Amino acid sequence: MSTLADKRFTATLLGVEVLLRATARRHPDFAARLRERDIVAQIALRDGSHGRYFAIRGGKVKSASGIHPSPDCSMVFDTADVAVRLMKPNRDTLEFISALKNFEMALDGSDEAGVWFSQTLQMMLTAGTEYGTDMGDGVRRFTSNTNGGPVFVFVKDGKILRITPIEFDDSDPESWTIEAHGRIFSPPRKTTINSHTLAWKSMVYSPARILYPMKRVDFDPNGERNPQNRGTSGYERISWDEALDLVAAEIKRVKREHGPGAIMNGSGSHHTWGILGYWLSARMRFFNTIGWTPIAHNPDSWEGWYWGATHHWGHSARNGGGETYSTVEDCLKHCEMVVFWSSDPEATSGVYGAHEGTIRRQWLKELGIPFVHIDPYYNHTAALLGGKWLAPLPGTDSAMVLAIAHTWITEGLYDQDYVADRTVGFDKWKAYILGEEDGVAKTPEWQEAESGVPAKDIRALAREWGSKRTYLAPGGIVGFGAACRTATGGDWARGMVCLMAMQGLGKPGVNVGCMQQGTPVDTRFFFPGYAEGGFSGDLNGTALAANMYQRMPQVATMNTVQQAIPRLKIPEAIMDGHCEGYPTDPRTIEGQFFRFQYPSPGHSPVKMYYKYGGSHFGTMVDTNRYARMYRADKLEFVVNQSIWFEGEAAFADVILPACTSFERWDISEFANSGGYIQHSFTQVNHRVALMQHKCIEPLGESKSDFQIFLELATRLGLGAVYSEGMTELDWCRRVFEATDLPKTMSWKEFAKKGYYVVPPPSVERRDPVSYRWFYEDRLKDTPELAPLPGDYTEEFRRGLQTQSGKLEFESSSLKRLDPDDPERSPILKYVPAWEGPHAAELYEKYPLHLVSPHARFTFHTMSDGKDSTINDVKDHRVLIDGYYYWVARVNPADAAARGITEGALIKLFNDRGAVICAAQLSERVRPGTVHSYESAATYDPIGEPGESPDRGGCVNILTPSRMMIKRSHAMAALSCLIDVEPWAGE
Amino acid sequence: MARWHLVIDVERCEDCNNCFLACKDEHVDNEWPGYAASQPRHGQRWIDILRKERGRYPLVDAVYLPVPCMHCDDAPCVAAGGGAVRKREDGIVLIDPVRTQGMSELPASCPYGAIFWNEEAGLPQKCTLCAHLLDQGWRDTRCTQACPTGALRLVEASDMQMQATAAGQGLEALNPEYATRPRVLYKNLSRWDSHLVCGSVSLERDGLVECAAGATVELYAGDPVAAESATGGSASAPLSTAITDAFGDFRIDGLVLEPGGYSFSIALEGYAPVSYEVDIAGSCNVGTIRLQEVSL
Repeated sequence: MSTLADKRFTATLLGVEVLLRATARRHPDFAARLRERDIVAQIALRDGSHGRYFAIRGGKVKSASGIHPSPDCSMVFDTADVAVRLMKPNRDTLEFISALKNFEMALDGSDEAGVWFSQTLQMMLTAGTEYGTDMGDGVRRFTSNTNGGPVFVFVKDGKILRITPIEFDDSDPESWTIEAHGRIFSPPRKTTINSHTLAWKSMVYSPARILYPMKRVDFDPNGERNPQNRGTSGYERISWDEALDLVAAEIKRVKREHGPGAIMNGSGSHHTWGILGYWLSARMRFFNTIGWTPIAHNPDSWEGWYWGATHHWGHSARNGGGETYSTVEDCLKHCEMVVFWSSDPEATSGVYGAHEGTIRRQWLKELGIPFVHIDPYYNHTAALLGGKWLAPLPGTDSAMVLAIAHTWITEGLYDQDYVADRTVGFDKWKAYILGEEDGVAKTPEWQEAESGVPAKDIRALAREWGSKRTYLAPGGIVGFGAACRTATGGDWARGMVCLMAMQGLGKPGVNVGCMQQGTPVDTRFFFPGYAEGGFSGDLNGTALAANMYQRMPQVATMNTVQQAIPRLKIPEAIMDGHCEGYPTDPRTIEGQFFRFQYPSPGHSPVKMYYKYGGSHFGTMVDTNRYARMYRADKLEFVVNQSIWFEGEAAFADVILPACTSFERWDISEFANSGGYIQHSFTQVNHRVALMQHKCIEPLGESKSDFQIFLELATRLGLGAVYSEGMTELDWCRRVFEATDLPKTMSWKEFAKKGYYVVPPPSVERRDPVSYRWFYEDRLKDTPELAPLPGDYTEEFRRGLQTQSGKLEFESSSLKRLDPDDPERSPILKYVPAWEGPHAAELYEKYPLHLVSPHARFTFHTMSDGKDSTINDVKDHRVLIDGYYYWVARVNPADAAARGITEGALIKLFNDRGAVICAAQLSERVRPGTVHSYESAATYDPIGEPGESPDRGGCVNILTPSRMMIKRSHAMAALSCLIDVEPWAGE
Repeated sequence: MARWHLVIDVERCEDCNNCFLACKDEHVDNEWPGYAASQPRHGQRWIDILRKERGRYPLVDAVYLPVPCMHCDDAPCVAAGGGAVRKREDGIVLIDPVRTQGMSELPASCPYGAIFWNEEAGLPQKCTLCAHLLDQGWRDTRCTQACPTGALRLVEASDMQMQATAAGQGLEALNPEYATRPRVLYKNLSRWDSHLVCGSVSLERDGLVECAAGATVELYAGDPVAAESATGGSASAPLSTAITDAFGDFRIDGLVLEPGGYSFSIALEGYAPVSYEVDIAGSCNVGTIRLQEVSL
């Protein structure tokens, strides 16, 4: 007997056939989809009482009522009622997910056929949508987004013509204005972009693109694997089927032979931009569904902040960095001086912030605000803005901190009321500084012996700072900074907090930042960042649970392997079979104390390495280790999924070619990482949400990460679990629906125009200034999700995350952990760097410090090498005898002492290895240091990999792999002693 | 009639290379028939950013000078091109990519070095001021659009308007001695072609060395004492005067100094005036000068 629901189900099924045909008639793309494969797909009820099967042959659709004896796939619903509700075009996603996990619906039969049929049904919803703007003459203007800002992409005949910043039009909302010092400031009506973004076309059409799957010529999965030849033997082209079958078979084999944990995966710190394609999304979802040993990332750009500063002011959710709401307006109106300390936003663009902050810093310059720059290199921010340059020896910044505090204490130049009311532990620190603890007063003269900065300059700085309302820019945003990556990086970051605690953090004009964050944009408009995890389903390793799942329910994914390898110790883990680490845990201050060991109890050591990209030679430390690891016989199988043939990709057994973000669908926002930098979009002048159009077809046989993972998942019967039966475009639409965009713009409008500028809030609705609430001892009123309620001591929103709720000169968390830890005492003390002048023997052998901050012209390894146009930038690489060499900057005095001339090839070396670079002689380099950015993409050893000089420019070959402090997983790349000599070729 | 000009503010250039890379994005792998053949992926610098450091550690500055085709009114390349290089009504100088095939002598005609020889295609090439875009109605070239700091601006103005703007904003031609009447004009050009003379002044107080803020520093050509006697006792005027900042630093900028002997005189109340001679060959940091208290 048929119920009303049964009848509606029957009608819905009939409607499906009609719709399939009608859509194919109207939209050629959809008709082409139907011609892709022949299939018999069924939609039925679990009890077999009702059903209909759809036979698609040669693009023609026929259907019949009843149950087919052997359909390729079957979409099965528990009841007609469930089926009708879930087959509605605008079904409730939460209901869909709920039905899946409640076993009220399922896909039976071939996983691959089921996914294809399900995706095909979804495609009817988006068929015929217009994407991009017709510019005439066969040119279409799409939109996309990058690590260096959002762009228009002009395409003609399937080829990218040009990539430009986005210029707003009259339909976009008005920009904000700030009134200060009788002037009105308002940003230009366009987005800015970075140099590396302007090189994207050359990266898309790079000769280094991997255009088809490849297998190492002497790798035989069923015979000799020859791991010792990784990095030297060549590759042969194989088909996608062969490649995917091989990788899927290896996944099954290592799981079968070794058990959980034998598969390790890791990515670079950054990927091509996009909520869905980011490594925290597509990749996490895949590996969670197969079970894996993740590579635990150290907070590589944050180190000292996370392992140090957190203990004095909390902010664990920001990796120890500070909040920065509305500080642009406060700084413009009230600040009288800005101290940039290891802060070069003109090189690093904050992070993802393009040149948005540049414009605002120029306003400060126009107002005549004085600047101080503390950095061993006269960096690009200093060069643009001017001001006083102080150049400490790397790793001695904490001595400068103590001496500044000494001057403030002895001359009464600090806010004594604030220290009394809003901080704890000052007397103890003060006693240490005055020498009451160890008999050594931390005077400016005392620090001069460590840092080399004249005592008079420290006193002058302290007096200026103590008598002017001063913004401190510690690092390029509040966080980062090369100083946080020295052996004393934690001490420097701790010192930054302590100095602000003496000057009244939160007072008008007294705050942290450098105009890089804190614009008056609308923080209440919801749009996720990449760290919100996209469609990862990962509720533990991303911010999905906290900030996205409510908006975009999805099948939750969970890794079943309770094992991780600290990224900085991958070589040791593989070669020695064991290692230990400490986690990057944003939830609480104490999360970082949980030492973990590899392998986990009862888990397999890693046998297979599935690497995503190839960046570790350029970005990690002592990186010859990685080459030696690949060439040892410990890894049975290495697969690399990469866009370009570079770095570690050349050490894989099988290479899977991924396409760029310009060749796939995605959706995202300008400079919005979310997660560990909540509201990171306050770096931009206009919030811009973007459709990342699939501007061109993937080059060669390359595929999107989503598609590669889906096709692998299908071979493991996990295709439906991985994709939820949806295409990347469907997922874009799901993200769109999850944001606040639909309140003001339809999907159709968004898909066509490609971007939406979020209107700035009225002056009255602007966010309060960061820490003003703290300064005035009010409940916290800035729109931060952190700290978690349980971390407040007195009452919800009162105070900081610290145990006292105040700024802590004496850290209660460190005191509880180990009050006698010589490396990380509860109060900040001076501990000389373990690699530096105090390592006397080494210093005698290698008297120069290598200073290797984050690069200016390459985003990690993103735009370097690969024959991109960036290589022609004079300050990036230099063409010598037909080869583009990485630049190393040497002070002319040090150069003269070694017979080094401008443009000469030089060898940077120490016991860890050697790198050949092109010398640039520069007075901007402090004598005794050599400046060369990290992040070269090219690893090009002139002899045996891991054992010979690299002419690709991976200066991290030289940097130490020792942990910053024992209780950490922290690199100290900028405490690195080397020497330099002319290179004549050996 | 209105013509196109490029105005480059040296003070605002930070060597971000957006102009250089936007130019490559537009012209590499793209051919614009009637305007330009495609630019080789590497090698040519249609806008070349020159770098200069002034001073010496720890008192330095950095200056960048973007140099594109100057789109001269009296362009030597037009004269050398025999009709294959033309000056358009709107001010733009274009090299005809077809008619200049094989004209390998053309690059040498440009005193600014702005013309490049494309070996593979066998033709000379240079900045077109993105004429193909301006002709489509664009209001920016690729380089001015991508410039984040306002260092590069495209200006459409009549000759009279531009003369007024140039006078009002102190715009100058680069290397005016070439006498080619460029349509590209520079602001704050003195940062590039003048010298920076800097140094620090310190003093001793309560047994500690301190920065001497507020000291008056005067720079003289030659020896002021000698100059005084030569002029019969009347003090010669200083070339420049600066006051030291909170760090005791002084910066004398904007002068073009012939190599030779100069002298400083430094004065601060309560301290004995100092004057000393120094040979200056260009931009320099003269180091730290210590003032002594006036003995009572």
